[in-house]
Amino acid sequence: MSTPSSFDEFLDGLWKQNPIFVMVLGMCPTLAVTVSAVNAISMGLATTFVLGTSCLLVSLLRHAIPKQVRIASYIVIIATFVTVVDYAIQAISLDLYEALGAYIKLIVANCILLGRAEAHAAKNPPLPATTNAIGMGLGFTLGLFLIGCVREILGAGKLFGVALFGDHFQPWVVMVLPPGGFFVLGFWLITIAAFRHFNKKRNAQLQGAQP
Amino acid sequence: MSIELRTSPHQHSGRDVPVIMRNVVYSLLPICAFSIWQYGLSAAALILVVTLACLAAERINNMIRDNGNSLSDWSAVITGVLLALTLPPSFPLWMGAVAGFAAVWLGKSLFGGLGQNPFNPALIGRAFVQAAFPTAISTWVPAYMPHRFGEFIPSSLTAPFMVPPEIALWVKQQGMDAFTGATPLARWKFENITASSMDFLTGNITASAGETSAILILICGLYLAFRKFLDWRIPVAVLGSAMLLAWVFHFAQPARYPTPTFVLLSGGLMLGAWFMATDMATSPVTPRGIWLYGALIGVLTVVIRYFGGLTEGVMYAILIANATSSLLDQFNQPRILGGKRGKS
Repeated sequence: MSTPSSFDEFLDGLWKQNPIFVMVLGMCPTLAVTVSAVNAISMGLATTFVLGTSCLLVSLLRHAIPKQVRIASYIVIIATFVTVVDYAIQAISLDLYEALGAYIKLIVANCILLGRAEAHAAKNPPLPATTNAIGMGLGFTLGLFLIGCVREILGAGKLFGVALFGDHFQPWVVMVLPPGGFFVLGFWLITIAAFRHFNKKRNAQLQGAQP
Repeated sequence: MSIELRTSPHQHSGRDVPVIMRNVVYSLLPICAFSIWQYGLSAAALILVVTLACLAAERINNMIRDNGNSLSDWSAVITGVLLALTLPPSFPLWMGAVAGFAAVWLGKSLFGGLGQNPFNPALIGRAFVQAAFPTAISTWVPAYMPHRFGEFIPSSLTAPFMVPPEIALWVKQQGMDAFTGATPLARWKFENITASSMDFLTGNITASAGETSAILILICGLYLAFRKFLDWRIPVAVLGSAMLLAWVFHFAQPARYPTPTFVLLSGGLMLGAWFMATDMATSPVTPRGIWLYGALIGVLTVVIRYFGGLTEGVMYAILIANATSSLLDQFNQPRILGGKRGKS
C-alpha cells in the first residue's frame, strides 16, 4: 500500500472519516453549542486550532514521550493550547465567549483530540500529522456548521444573525432546546449515510457495467 | 394424504392489521363528525390536513426505503386522525402538517415501521409540536361559534412558517364575550373553577378538537372493546386508577382538589385511555403487565395535572408508560402451564 499523500490525509478528516458524521465523536459540543451558525463555526475553528497545534507538538515529541505516561502528556499538551484559545476568544469577543461557555474549556475532554493524538499524531511525522489534524478539525467545523445552520434557521428564522423570513416567522422552539440538537444531528446522519449508500451503489453499478 | 407439520398458531381469526385499523378509523368517525359540528370548517380542515400529511410522510418513507406500499394498512390514517383530534381546533394547518410528518417519521418510520415503534406515533407528533410551538398549541377557541361553517378561524390559515394571528379579538367579534380562552383544566388549576359535568357531556367547553365529548368517546371505545379490537383492561385500568387517586385527593381536601368525575371527563383522559393507550404496538401483552401499565397512566396523569407545571398530563403519562411497557412484560411473564411456582 502506498503512503497516502498529504492531500488525502486532509480529505480524510473532512469527508471520508468526518469526526461527526462518520466517527460520531465529540458529541458533547456538537449538541450543546450548535444553536447558531456563528457559535458552531467558532467552536469548530477553536477545536481545529487546538487539534492542529497539539498534534504537531505530539508528533514532534512522539519519540520523547514514554509510552506509560503518554495519555497524561497528551492531555497536558492539549490543555496548554485550550488555555491559549480560551484567553484568545475571551479577548476577541466576550459575547461569543459567554455563548460558548464551558465548552471551550471542555475541548480538553473532546475525544476527537485525544483520539487523533493517540491514533495518528503519535505514529506519524509532523507534516502528515498536522494536515490530518487540520482536516479533522475542519471536518468537525463543517459538521457543526451544518447542524448550526438548520437549528438557527428553524429555531430563530435567521442565519448568521440575519433574519431570513421577515418579522412574522414562527420560531420552532424545540430546535433551540436540547432535543432539537438530537433531531438535527440524526437528520444529518441519515442524510449523509443515505448519500454514501446511493453513491456506493452507483459506483458498484458503474464498475459492473464496464469490467 | 399428506401431513403438514406446522407450529402454532394453527388457526387465523381472519383479522389482520388492516381490518383492525379500519375498524378503529370507523369508530373515530363519529368523534370527528362531532368535532366538525362543534368547531366547523377549521376542525374539518385540520383533520384532513394532518391525515394527508401522515399519509404523505408514509408514502415518502416507502419511496426512500423502497419497501412497497404501507399506506394500505390504514395505520397512517389512524395516526393522522388521532393526532388531529388531540390538537386545538384553531391550530394553524401548516403546524398540523409538521405534526403529521413528525408523528410518522419520528414516531414510527425511524424505529422500523408499524409494530416496531415503542411510542404512540400520534402522541410523538403532538409532543413535537408542543415543544416546537408552545403558544399555538395552548390557544383555544370556544365551541359552537355562530359562523363556524362559513369561515375559518383566522389562525388556521396562517401562511407556512409564520406566526399565527391573535384570535382573541376575532372571537369577541363573533359574539362570544364571556370566553376566557382557557380549558376547564387550566381554569381549575389557576382559578379553581370547575366546569359542570353537563358541559362536558354536551361538549360545551374549550378543548382539543376531539376530546370534548366524553360520552361519545366512551360509546366509540365500547364498540371497539365489544368487538375485541382493543383490550378492555387498559381503559378500565387507566380510568379506574385515575378516578381512585382523584377520589383520595378529593376526599382529603375537597376544597382544593376536584371531584373524580371532573378528572375523568376533563381534558384528553377519555380519548387517551380508549384510543391512545390501547395502541397494540406500544402496550404490554401480559395480563398483569396490562393492569400495571394502565394504572401507571392513570396515576401519572393525575400527578402531572395536580403537581406538574402543565395543565394536561395525559400525553406525557402515556408516552412514559409506553416506554415501560416492554419492561412490564418482561417482569410479568405468566407461569407456563405445568411450570414451577416462582419460576416463569
